[in-house]
Amino acid sequence: MFTTGAESLLRQARAGPQPESRPVTAQGGVSGSLVAGLPTPSSLFRELRDEELGRLCARVCALLREEDWGPDAPDALRRLFLIVSATKYNRRLERPCLALLQTTLCSPTCPEQLQLLCAAVLREMSPCDSLSLSCDHIQNTRQLGLVASVLLAQGDQQQVRSLAQRVLKVLESRQPEGPSLRHLLPIVSKVTSLAPDALREEQTRALSKRLGDWLRYASVQQAVAHSSGGFFSTPRARQLGPVTEVDGAVATDFFTVLSTGQRFTEDQWLNVQAFSMLRAWLLDSGPGGSSAPDADDKSELEGSTLSVLSAASTAGHLLPPQQWLREKAFEYCQRLLEQSNRRALKKADSDLQKACLVEAVLVLDVLCQQDPSFLYRTLSCLKPLHTRLRGDPAWVRALLPVAQFFLHHGEAAAVDAEAVYQHLFTRIPAEHFHSPMLAFEFVQFCRDSLPLFGRSLGILRTSFPNLFKFLAWNSPPLTSDFVALLPSLVDAGTAVEMLHLLLDLPCLTAALDLQLRSLQAASERPPWDVSIRAPGCLEALRDSQVQGLFQHLLRAHASGTVERLTPLYRLLQPLAGCARVVQCAEAVPTLLRAFFSAVTQFADGALASQLALLLLERSDSLYQVPGYEAGVHRVLSSQFPALCKLHPPLVVEQAKELLEFVGGPRSGGHVLTSVVWAIGEYLSVSWDRRCTVEQINNFFEALEALLFEVTQSRPSTTLPKCPPQVITVLMTTLTKLASRSQDLIPRVSLLLSKMRTLAQSAATGSTPGEEGVGAIHTRATELLNLLKMPSVAQFVFTPSVEVSEPRYHRDTNTALPLVLRTVSRLVEREAGLLPG
Amino acid sequence: MVHAFLIHTLRATKAEEGLCRVLYSCFFGTENSPNDAQPHGAERDRLLRKEQILAVARQVESMCQLQLQACGRPAVDLQPQSSDDPVHLRESPCGAFRLTAGDPFQEPRTVVWLGVLSLGFALVLNAHENLLLAEGTLRLLARLLLEHLRLLVPTASLLLRADYIEGILTRFLPHGQLLFLNDQFVQGLEKEFSAAWPR
Repeated sequence: MFTTGAESLLRQARAGPQPESRPVTAQGGVSGSLVAGLPTPSSLFRELRDEELGRLCARVCALLREEDWGPDAPDALRRLFLIVSATKYNRRLERPCLALLQTTLCSPTCPEQLQLLCAAVLREMSPCDSLSLSCDHIQNTRQLGLVASVLLAQGDQQQVRSLAQRVLKVLESRQPEGPSLRHLLPIVSKVTSLAPDALREEQTRALSKRLGDWLRYASVQQAVAHSSGGFFSTPRARQLGPVTEVDGAVATDFFTVLSTGQRFTEDQWLNVQAFSMLRAWLLDSGPGGSSAPDADDKSELEGSTLSVLSAASTAGHLLPPQQWLREKAFEYCQRLLEQSNRRALKKADSDLQKACLVEAVLVLDVLCQQDPSFLYRTLSCLKPLHTRLRGDPAWVRALLPVAQFFLHHGEAAAVDAEAVYQHLFTRIPAEHFHSPMLAFEFVQFCRDSLPLFGRSLGILRTSFPNLFKFLAWNSPPLTSDFVALLPSLVDAGTAVEMLHLLLDLPCLTAALDLQLRSLQAASERPPWDVSIRAPGCLEALRDSQVQGLFQHLLRAHASGTVERLTPLYRLLQPLAGCARVVQCAEAVPTLLRAFFSAVTQFADGALASQLALLLLERSDSLYQVPGYEAGVHRVLSSQFPALCKLHPPLVVEQAKELLEFVGGPRSGGHVLTSVVWAIGEYLSVSWDRRCTVEQINNFFEALEALLFEVTQSRPSTTLPKCPPQVITVLMTTLTKLASRSQDLIPRVSLLLSKMRTLAQSAATGSTPGEEGVGAIHTRATELLNLLKMPSVAQFVFTPSVEVSEPRYHRDTNTALPLVLRTVSRLVEREAGLLPG
Repeated sequence: MVHAFLIHTLRATKAEEGLCRVLYSCFFGTENSPNDAQPHGAERDRLLRKEQILAVARQVESMCQLQLQACGRPAVDLQPQSSDDPVHLRESPCGAFRLTAGDPFQEPRTVVWLGVLSLGFALVLNAHENLLLAEGTLRLLARLLLEHLRLLVPTASLLLRADYIEGILTRFLPHGQLLFLNDQFVQGLEKEFSAAWPR
């Protein structure tokens, strides 16, 4: 089934030729004579007509038919590949050409270069209906690999299964000088991932047995080097001695991917392949995997004997193959843990050690899940491992799989598990927030492990200030992950603190930047924006009050307290222009929306009130980043009514604070508009019995003053112009309040008439057609008309709660349709749309 | 397992802003679609794959740009100073991001990317791969491609040398299998490759 994403991609694609289908020319490092000796790229790919393609095909056919494998053939095939691959629309190749490409691919004598090109062209054509390629008679394993790549690109499950059978057959044929099996294992791995049922049970068992052998019993001698000693002498062989460890010492135990030497034998290659595919294989073939072949079959299995090696493991042969493989995998991982402790001579090997350690822990995790009898043996080596890793920052990424292991098996070692999480959530984000890969892995770990945290979820939740450091520093790739993570992070206890921190996120970015600047030696390459210098900031950090705020902002865990960070905003202002800070500021509105949609799921009245006040308070107390305030205000203004809807009495309960807000100094119109609207909507006895006439009058006066202020100050050039929405919402709210306290009706009528006149004169005055003037005029007229019938006005402006029930809209006998008709007549009469 | 590998342009010149071009891409097998009752036809499947790759390339390009901006590194940094300059792959921007199921691939995927001068290299991985290994493999592939295709020499091209890329991929990333190759294994494979493709 195509998902929405795929559908939209296809829609985009069909909308017409996209830039992608244009010729591919590279710039910078890849510019130059890309296609020397050819027409210009654009005419080559975009305007290439069928007959030109036909000519190229004919040339390719001629060369391949004659088996002319000189330099012309690869050249022609490279062009053909480029033409086929450079467009997303189908290029049709003639059948003879397709057939020749397939024949060449299967030819036993054709050079590798040409076969790779043939396979590449066929793969680019796929899925292709007229393919007759078959892998049935190919003996050469390298060639089988190429054919397999074409077949797998077709996406036909039947083909995948028959390919699996063919590969298994070649794998099972044990010829002494047989084909090199190492080309086959990656195909097996791919096939089982694409079609888990492609192998029969006994085949899976047999292969498991052999994988165990390859893992554990690869040769510990280096391969023999064949060097021809001259024209007349016979090739002579030279023994290179035992394989070594990455630190140069002679290998102390069996061969692994961390054993090294000059040359490698075939079974050492297989060892590498086997370990590379091990985890996926265990998962696919183990219990709970798609095939569950772990039967108690203790007989010798077909294909299972590497007879020379098996002498050492007679006892092991009594184990069922899956168990045998797990046993060998366990030994292998233990050896890797030991080997990862060695000091590698080469940088590349030291990187590989880390990747191997991660894989070893992941494999151990799988083993323990499949067979709990491994658990105690594993725990006894993972505890010291964790102690070792936590002391060395170079190994920090290996801590994540260790933590995941404890999450999966924590009940067996609860105390240790707590210590592991504590260390992970306290130290790692604070010290490594600037590593993009670690940040990604850490957040993935949190996301994937959420269901497993259980009673340890508290540690994750209270660590949000630390987790947000990753977000603050790497907002572009992590925003969507945090949107998914937020609902699990937030609870009633942390919501207020989290909202503050979300609003301060760009400030946190700047603080982290400053922290890095203060910590790192000048000689190290800075990961921050070097174009901005902020020496003053570093100086100011010595101030003890600022220090305290700085520490608060950079806290590791939720503190339960809230600090006003205004002095920090001023201090960090020079960093507000950093691209990283701006990027973070751009992510905040999205995160705020995710936060509110999560919080409104569980917030009670008290929390809703608290958040609504916080929202008013913070709307003019933000770190000044270009464009930040406007973005945040848009979200806050949409969330304030949502909170009121969640808990309508909050308007009455927080009347004092709301009055202060509408009477106080204001910056933007968005939040004010939504607050004024909410007052009109929810300041009523129908929402809260505690609402008094006095309260309504107080609000009326405050809003009347506000309306007066914003309309009078309009001609002034020093004040920002008041948006017309604010004026219309103010008029509506005043009218609503008047409808609830009818003594106010004359006052509001007078006010509305004045506004109408004002709007009229503005429309005919010096600024004709000014935006919104018309809207003000219309609104004033409508409201005046409604007020002429106070009882209707009250019904319209303060509808009872039941009005939103469907019954009132379906049943023509209720008063609602009648009222609606009356109201629209009234409202529209003056506008002259309907005859009297 | 790797699902796809791609090479694409990063930061087009001013005149072509917004154009991200895929220079090479390769899928390892196709996504299963067990729920898919009716086959969509070869042409549509192919088109979808091309669009998926382009969607990944665009995301990588913007992630790379954002990361460079955040580090305060100007765009000129991306232009090779001269062909003799060794490229410091360790200092090249790199990162990872997640693709949710259905957008653009059916299954959830992880993308690991590396930006080298004006080229982006990316691996599209299954969701729970060993990212340290994937990152190492991507750096290895980028180094090999840069060296063997001499991508930084102004007259070089990768467009008409697909066989080099294929030759490197079949050895170092066979069928999308990430391999634990120590330095000696890498050297052995590199020798084998150099023998088959003399520079």
